[in-house]
Amino acid sequence: MPNSAGLQNIEAFVRRLDTSDLSNLRVSFHDRWVAVHPVVLAAVACAGALVTQNGGKVSSEVPKVATLPYLVVMRLFDWLGVNPGISVTEHEAAGRFIPLTQIRTDADLAAFMVKVTPLLHGQPHQREAVNYIKYVVSELVRNALEHAASQVGAFACAQYYKNTKRVSIGVADAGIGIQASMSRSHPVRSSLEAIELALRPGITGTTARYGGTEYNAGAGLFFTKAIARASRNFFVIYSGDGLFKLRKGSSRVEPVIQADPKMDPATWRNEMPTWPGTVTGIDVSLEAGRTFAQLMSAIGDVYHREVAADKKARYRRPTFT
Amino acid sequence: MTVVVVADAAGAFAENKDVARNLRRELLVPALAGGETVTIDFGGVELATQSFIHALVSDVIRSMGPNVVDSIAFRNCNDAIRGLIEIVVEYSQEGLQDEE
Repeated sequence: MPNSAGLQNIEAFVRRLDTSDLSNLRVSFHDRWVAVHPVVLAAVACAGALVTQNGGKVSSEVPKVATLPYLVVMRLFDWLGVNPGISVTEHEAAGRFIPLTQIRTDADLAAFMVKVTPLLHGQPHQREAVNYIKYVVSELVRNALEHAASQVGAFACAQYYKNTKRVSIGVADAGIGIQASMSRSHPVRSSLEAIELALRPGITGTTARYGGTEYNAGAGLFFTKAIARASRNFFVIYSGDGLFKLRKGSSRVEPVIQADPKMDPATWRNEMPTWPGTVTGIDVSLEAGRTFAQLMSAIGDVYHREVAADKKARYRRPTFT
Repeated sequence: MTVVVVADAAGAFAENKDVARNLRRELLVPALAGGETVTIDFGGVELATQSFIHALVSDVIRSMGPNVVDSIAFRNCNDAIRGLIEIVVEYSQEGLQDEE
């Protein structure tokens, strides 16, 4: 684990991974400072659970760094099965983070959701931020539960950074990965190509038909990306050897929601160390911006403009009473 | 007329797709198939996901055809939920256009 790994420089963590032996996990840390995004914690905890589930061996050093208490309260060492040698009282940080949580069921997800509102209690724009966070957590975790077939479910955690008025969220699974999931219905040649397809609205691995099935619309990642883009935040998807990173983009240009992810300000990387599943990370700002309703309206505009513009005249409209 | 009260089944944050599917299969489809009109009441629901709305209504439109939209009224929707419904209802009809 590097001294610093946020979504903006997540490659600093990913490039250090060696996933060639899934029966053995060894975790090492930078020797002076470790400040990492929740997505890194989720990935490492998930790896620990996977190796343990496979009957393998997990070992970790305990870093002598000032940020050790943070790693402890986020319960990283609990999931690695390592005694950190210190105990930390959580009361000071209570309500400002959601520690690493294993989510396997609807009930697990519901219990995680309950912790979102206290995370932002009393903060500016709390209601809108809570909506955004609940929305992305639901979509990202449900993707893992429904598509990944992960032996260890999903691992999720979140952190509120008061100085930057931002909530960072990480979700990781050890499932089949996006390429295998999309390959069930679409010809994809690489993880990166599968990620691109998964980001397009209306495309899901459960059917080749545009618009999805009765249960899956194929729009969850598109909506999540839209939330990040509209608030000019980072969003990362890492699956197999592919990595997609939505960047903030120019602050001089009003962010535009795109159906085609190739139109977004983003970094696309292949040939990364292969992650056995999918890892997603996102930042959500608490600053005043688009309300959730305004965002839905903007997304609706995308559908009008890019998906159904030539046919919408024939559509019937829903009735609101 | 059948009234489906979403909050009773899904709570204030409607995101569980299994709940949505059950509402559709057990309440929406039988009522609509019987020629009734259906009101879907979102009172008490603060937030829903697109996935939930999709699981609730998309297959109704696809399987029964676009005219069924005229037999469904959405009540007590906040602006965000209203926006989601409009998106899902629209792209569900998009799928029908593709199949024609």
